[in-house]
Amino acid sequence: MIDELGLSPGSSRGGAGEGTPEGGEAYRSTSMWRSILMVFVENRMATVGVGLILFMVLFSFVGPLIYHTQQVLNNPLIADEAPSLAHPLGTDQVGYDVVGRLMLGGQSSLEIGFAAAFIAVGIGVVWGAIAGLAGGPIDAFMMRIVDAFLAIPYLFALILLGSIFSTSIPELILVIGLVAWLVPARLVRGETLTLRVREYVQAVQVMGGGKRRILIRHIIPNAVGVIVVNATFQVADAIVFVAVLSYLGLGVPPPATNWGGQLSSGLNFFFDGYWWLIYPAGFAIVLTVVAFNFVGDALRDSLEVRRYRR
Amino acid sequence: MVRRVGQAIIVLFIVTVITFILLHLLPGNPVRAILGTRATTFDVHQLTIQLGLNKPLVVQYLIWVNHLVHGNLGFSYKLDQSVAALLAERMPKTLFLAGSALVVAVLLGVPLGMYQAVRRNKPDDYVLTGLAFIFYSMPTFWLGLLLIILFSATLSWFPSEAPQSQSNVFSQLNGMVLPISCLSLVNIALFSRYMRSAMLEQLTQEYVQTARAKGVSGRAVLFGHVLRNALIPVITLIGLSLGGILSGAVVTEEVFNYPGMGLLFYQAAVENDFPVLLGVTVVVALATVLGNLIADIFYAVADPRIRYVS
Repeated sequence: MIDELGLSPGSSRGGAGEGTPEGGEAYRSTSMWRSILMVFVENRMATVGVGLILFMVLFSFVGPLIYHTQQVLNNPLIADEAPSLAHPLGTDQVGYDVVGRLMLGGQSSLEIGFAAAFIAVGIGVVWGAIAGLAGGPIDAFMMRIVDAFLAIPYLFALILLGSIFSTSIPELILVIGLVAWLVPARLVRGETLTLRVREYVQAVQVMGGGKRRILIRHIIPNAVGVIVVNATFQVADAIVFVAVLSYLGLGVPPPATNWGGQLSSGLNFFFDGYWWLIYPAGFAIVLTVVAFNFVGDALRDSLEVRRYRR
Repeated sequence: MVRRVGQAIIVLFIVTVITFILLHLLPGNPVRAILGTRATTFDVHQLTIQLGLNKPLVVQYLIWVNHLVHGNLGFSYKLDQSVAALLAERMPKTLFLAGSALVVAVLLGVPLGMYQAVRRNKPDDYVLTGLAFIFYSMPTFWLGLLLIILFSATLSWFPSEAPQSQSNVFSQLNGMVLPISCLSLVNIALFSRYMRSAMLEQLTQEYVQTARAKGVSGRAVLFGHVLRNALIPVITLIGLSLGGILSGAVVTEEVFNYPGMGLLFYQAAVENDFPVLLGVTVVVALATVLGNLIADIFYAVADPRIRYVS
């Protein structure tokens, strides 16, 4: 969402970027991968972000292999127990261990987040690139469709689509993807329009290369910077969307669980003093999303500074 | 400018098509929903004809659009009121909530961004940046819950439920503090980041150096030139953020039980009350398109460079 205007709200440097040649000295050209790596080495926020993401991924997917808890059969006898040695974060209202719950919730949140972002970026990139290359009335029409979908605020669209499609993980991914593809589409179209008038594209045209070749071998690789930055934010947004949908009751059905759903069911008991039913899930969401936002912001700082210096 | 208005109208038209298609994708047969499970086939047939549901889809769409243009947004059978009446009752409340949140966000976020730009890379900039990230990454419902926990349950400063009465909200402003804070905090984070970045971008322009060289004081440069130039993209962003605020309003109204348009939409989704869903979507989309249009026009008017390009 934050990307739309192409402004860089995260710039901590308002000035020159790296890779600018001084005077006549030769410099080693900075490839995109190299500059991405440099981002993570230099920028502390990004390092923290990546660290957090790795931690959450390991926690969610590798954690259950190490820390075994019963997550399918519920055990009302031990329901709502406070944190103790046996259950570090207590048990929830049907007797599941909360840490185990967090791990499962993390699995579905991360899975859905990545998959939905992947779909959103996939559709968006193709749509935007085609629109940008086609130009003229086709471009106008395709972009008006994007505008129309964008006119419906994301939550309204999510709830509407959530009501249409039944609740299951693939459908949830589809729903989020269908809402999120609009921003990458706009961005890529903008990039395509900019790149299209570059000399090397004109050279390809002169040499007889077709539109498809230009698209695949020249436009998309050069737009990758913007796409990667946006993809990172898409994952962050998707995780928030999943949480909101689950909180509102439109998420995955039990026994699958999600941090947002844990929040909403835990809320019923919270004011009776069962704090461990909601704080862990809430903090998990915020930590993960902040991590992705850190990384995306740092990536944008680095990749877009290159843009301004072209 | 005429082109922009024309585009907006086309977008609105496409929005109506989309919402109409969505209506017909929603599960359940509205006739059966009205008549109940014990209706005879004859009754079902009668009502279908009466409601015009047996006509071809295109005709139904045209009839619906005709109704829209005349202010007839449909009738909610679940709530036994016309959608227009429901909206008339609820929209002012949401407008009040969203409007106040927007004003607060601008009044707090913009100066904050300015302050951050001036004090960039100093400790308080980092702290505020970190806070902005955290607030931006929080799902609205989680923020609302935290606010309730802290200010309502623990400190008892504010009530946890928003004022329910249909009469003057101003008499119970106490109850509005938390909902408005919840809705605006995310946008304060967003606006301050953009303002900071926009100001930084301006501060690197040559005219700043020139002005200082001329002898203009730092403060005069800041307020007289930099601020005004930086405000342009930020005000555009404010116009574009209307959709996000409305989305946030849905969740905020749910958390605080505030009887506005957002809560109406959510409840309608849960109960599959299609006319309401559709009516609200159209109204909200209209508002968003208008907001975008105003932002676009403002941007073109305020920044002469844009005028010549478009």
